[in-house]
Order: sequence, then C-alpha cells, then structure tokens
Amino acid sequence: MIRSTLAIAAGKLARHATRLRGGGSALPGLVTERIDPGILAHTLADLPGGVVVVSGTNGKTTTTKMLVALLRAHGQRVFTNPTGSNFTRGVISAMLSEVPLSGRLDADWAVLELDEAHALHFAAAVAPTHALLLNVARDQLDRFAEIDQTAQLLTRLAEQTTTGVVLNVDDSFISRIHRSVGPDVSVGWFGVDPACADRLPELQEADVREVDGAAALPVTADASLLLVHDERSFTVTGSGADVGPVTLRQRGLAAMINATAATATARAVLGERFEPGVAATTLASVTPPFGRGEVIDVDGQPLELVLVKNPAGFTVALGTYGSEPVATMIAINDNYADGRDVSWLYDVSFESLREQGVALTSGVRGWDMALRLQYDEVPVERTETDLDAALEQFLHEHADGPKRIFCTYTAMMHLRRRLAARYGLARFGEDAQ
Amino acid sequence: MTAGTGGGGPSKGTVHIVHLYPREMSIYGDLGNTRALASRLRWHGYTPVVHQHHPGAPWPEHAHLLLGGGGQDSGQVRVQEDLFTHADRLRAYAADGMPMLMICGMYQLFGQAFLTVDGTRLPGLGILDVTTTGNATRMIGPVVLDTLAGEVVGYENHSGSTVLAAGQEPFGTVRHGQGNNGADRTEGARVHEVIGSYLHGPVLPANPALADHLLRVAATRATGGWEPGEIDDSVAEQAHARQVSRLLAG
Repeated sequence: MIRSTLAIAAGKLARHATRLRGGGSALPGLVTERIDPGILAHTLADLPGGVVVVSGTNGKTTTTKMLVALLRAHGQRVFTNPTGSNFTRGVISAMLSEVPLSGRLDADWAVLELDEAHALHFAAAVAPTHALLLNVARDQLDRFAEIDQTAQLLTRLAEQTTTGVVLNVDDSFISRIHRSVGPDVSVGWFGVDPACADRLPELQEADVREVDGAAALPVTADASLLLVHDERSFTVTGSGADVGPVTLRQRGLAAMINATAATATARAVLGERFEPGVAATTLASVTPPFGRGEVIDVDGQPLELVLVKNPAGFTVALGTYGSEPVATMIAINDNYADGRDVSWLYDVSFESLREQGVALTSGVRGWDMALRLQYDEVPVERTETDLDAALEQFLHEHADGPKRIFCTYTAMMHLRRRLAARYGLARFGEDAQ
Repeated sequence: MTAGTGGGGPSKGTVHIVHLYPREMSIYGDLGNTRALASRLRWHGYTPVVHQHHPGAPWPEHAHLLLGGGGQDSGQVRVQEDLFTHADRLRAYAADGMPMLMICGMYQLFGQAFLTVDGTRLPGLGILDVTTTGNATRMIGPVVLDTLAGEVVGYENHSGSTVLAAGQEPFGTVRHGQGNNGADRTEGARVHEVIGSYLHGPVLPANPALADHLLRVAATRATGGWEPGEIDDSVAEQAHARQVSRLLAG
C-alpha cells in the first residue's frame, strides 16, 4: 500500500508537469506503473460494482462514452478513461486525476476502453467482471499482423471475464467467442435487427466472414437489436422493453450500433435496475467524443473532425458524410498510432467524394492520399503535407461554408490542439458538456 | 481530373487481368494493384477487363497478366487446393513470359516450399526458386529497393523468411527495410516476367514505372505492341520521392 501511495504521488506529480507542458496523456501512467506494477489491481479490484472493459476495432471511444452516461444516469458512480488513451498506462493516467493517495477510487464501476492487445495485458492484472466486444476489422496490421490474431486476443479477454460478456451477433469473429466463456458467465448480444439486415454491409468490410446474424439466435437469448427508422432515428429492441425511438447527437449508422452495444451492456451490468426510459433520454443527450464527428464552431461555420483509422471506419464515415456538399480536407499521418502502412486506403472507395472533390490533402502521407484519390477520379485542389499550413489554407479559403476534416489519429490530435488554442475548446480528457 | 489522356479515340486493344483470390488474399490493400493497372490501361488508351478468380471457379478464358496479394495464414490454406489445380497452367504461363506480380503470401506460394514453425514442409508451385521459413518475429516496416524498374517503395509485413536458391535473381536490392530475410539485402524474386515481392503499399500505384513495365509486357502479348499514352504521374512522383528521401535519410 505504501508503494501504491508513492506511485500515485509520483504519477500525480508527473501529470501536473505534463499538463503544464501540454504533453501526452500516457507518461504519468508510465511513472506510476514503474513504481507500482500492481497499481491497477490495487485500485480497481475492490470496486463495489465491477470493471467493464470495452474492446474491438471500431467504436470503442463512442461506445464507452455512451455506456458511462447510461450507468451514471442510473445513479452509478463510474470511473472511466475518457481521453481515448486506451493503453493500460492511459488508464492509470486517467486514474491519477481521480484517485486520492489512499488509492481508493470513489466509484462503483470502472468502464474502460482498451486497445485489443492492451485489454489482455490489463486483464492479467485485473480480471474484468464484464466485457463488451464490438467487432474485428482490418486495423493497424503493422501492429496486430492478422485479423485472426486480433480475434484471438479478444477471445482470451472473454475467457478472463468473470460475470458477463456482451458480443456482436453480426461479426462471426466476435459471436463465436460465446463458446469460450466460463460456465457461470452470462452472454448478452447486440446487433442489427433482422428487419433492417440490409444495412449490415454499411457497417462491415467485405471479406470471407459468414454471418447468420440475430435471426439465428435462440428466442431465449438476451439480445439488444438496432431497428433503424430513418437516418437519424432508431429503437433498440429486445430484452423485455424497447429503448427509443432515439435520435443521437452524432450522425450515422455506426453511432447507432454503438448506442445499441452500450445499451446491451448497460442491461447486462444493471440487470433489473435498467430503465428503458432513462436510457433513451440519456443516449439522446450524449455529445460525440473528440474527433469522432465532433462539430467545432469556426467563426460561425461548423467544422467536423472525423477520425478515420481503418477501411471499415473510413467506409462508414464516407457513407455517413461523403455525399454532403461541404469543403473536405483529408489528413493522413503514418506514425505508430496511425498505423504505419497506408495500404489500407486502397480498401476504401472514395467515389462518393468525386462530385464535390477534395480541397486539400495533408499529413506526412498527404501525397499518397492525393494519389489514392486520383485512382478514384476524385479531384484534389491541393496537397500540403504540413498540417498547420494546410489547416490555415483550408480555414481561410473555405471561411464562408461548412467544413469537414477526415484525419488519422495523430493528425486529429495535432489539428484539434491547434483548433482548441484558437477557438477555446475543452482540453482532451475533459468532457465537452 | 484524371491523370490520363486516354478515353478519346478508339481502344488500342483489350487486356485481360486476372486477380487471384481477391477475397482470401488481399488484406493489406493489394487490391489497389489491380485498380491501378486497370486505370492505367484506360489512361494509356486500352480496354482493361478484370477477372476475379475465386477458389473453385472456372479459369477465365483470356489472361494476359496475373496478380496475387497477401492474406492471412487461414486465407492461404483456403486457396491452396485451387492453386494446385491450376499449377501446370501457371507454370506454363510463366515459362511463356506472361507477366505476373505475386505479393507476400502469394509470393511464398509461388516458391518451392514453405517450412512452418513446427517443421512441416508445405510445397509451393516452384515457379520461383525460393524457400520460405516461418519465423516467430515478423519483418514489418517501410521499404526502399533498387530494381530494374528503378527505385521502388513499399511496406513489408511478413513472418516468413525467404531464401533464394543459387542462381535465382531477386526482384530488388534492399536500401531500407528487411527484404526477403533481413540478412542478405535481397527482396523478392523474378524469373521470366514473374515478380514475387513482399511489398504492399500497394506497390503499383506508388511505383508507376513498375506498373507500366507489367502493362507493356501484357499489352504486347495481347495486341502485339505497346503504345503508351501520356499519363500525368506528378502526384505519384511526389509521393514516391518523399518516401525515398525520408527513408534513406533516416
């Protein structure tokens, strides 16, 4: 315990120092973990509710934010890692702002989004009570090598989970995990209602997966399913009472399926205490996380920041936004956190941008992005690899209209930092409510 | 804005491209190679026809150029049987000078054999005289090569370590990255007009000279000649030059 206290004190100090410098979010966690490698177990294992881990390729940050809001609306005290810093050190860093030196968190639940590889690392320290597994798609193959391997990591995470798992019935890499959970672990499902199964291809990349979907579930299954009414409105059906109709503050089918997954998990966590009416009101009020369809007011005109990091995500983003006639910039970096291999851009179709064209491509691989667009015959006005110069030009030349920037992770972080400085936005890690 | 001047005038001829196993063996964007060749053929004034060959499907009636990409281990297992059904045909095409570009997993399958980590020997087509051994650690990262088509940039991501037999030409010499095995600075292999390589990127959009080399051979087989159009490759040249300079400087 003394070691934990020391570790937390050192971490708090490091956190203070990095915030003064405006630095990254993982360093304080690193400091704390070095001093007390068991810090996570010490702090999280005794929570009265439990530890919920959210993992999978796409939608972690948005879904986690929705789940946290749902639990809080039901009177639960929740600790979470809201920065999208989804490695264990990021979790520890987030903890440092909330935990007193005693190491006791003032929370009933921890709800943590974790990167697939780090989820397992985390589970080795603290066995989650609940796990929500979203999907497996091609993403950062320079880190995970193969989709099969990513699916394996999530399977092992489910094996470590002690009370309940929530699985995506429409992704066979995830749905088959139900065979691997312990005998006392409950299985909840989320997915697309068979009535609108024709929308599924918009959420998934085309590959060799075979899917039976929700239609194949036994009637006794505990399932929360997305029933789409129109482009803005949907209901989460199943498991006793429906939630909705709901209209989210974030657009698109991807946000709807994330809300469905969060609802399924809130049901699993809260059991009898879950109230559909409270859930519907709460989902309608959740603001998009930073860079996930976040809208920034730039001199009276909206600027949307859309994070893109893999083919499935970019395809969904283009399906949501692509055909709207707004000025568009695309910023592609190839740092470690972006994925160093940009080959995946060729698994995305950019034809929906053809008519409107792209004003600017930027980032370290801005020219590669321009080249990719050339092969889809999308006109590109200009390429400027320097992000600051590109942002400057983009805002200047399109000052009188709505704007959108599709960007990879580090490009998003960089651009948002610039925009935050200019337009007084909330800092990363602080909620924009 | 298209990069090419093709589109006007009558077609200079039809070129058939066969993409082998696009579902199973294209997880790293190698479909972009097919897309690049089809677009460039159009821009050069030819008519491309792309055949997607899936396991168990009949072989296309016409083929002037073959492409294959990288897949997962499970994908390789799914295509192996079909590949061996067509083994004699593929060997004959190769000997006859048909251009082929086989990336990563398909490069390995075009070799003599793959030795898995547990010592099992999986035979390959033997078109390229190379042998690949499974490794615990992967070779991952950006690559720059010197090749007969000039400097080539790409991205490698493979656990197999490949060794060329005596007399087998590599595709290129490694200037940045690991290449076949991280030891002898060779990358890929080539024989007749068959090129095997580990490079994703995808490799053809990023290296138009290599793409046009394959097209020249294919169009000559298809039509008896090669009359390239004027293509504005300035964007590709910018992307290419920046990768070369940042990787060779580092």
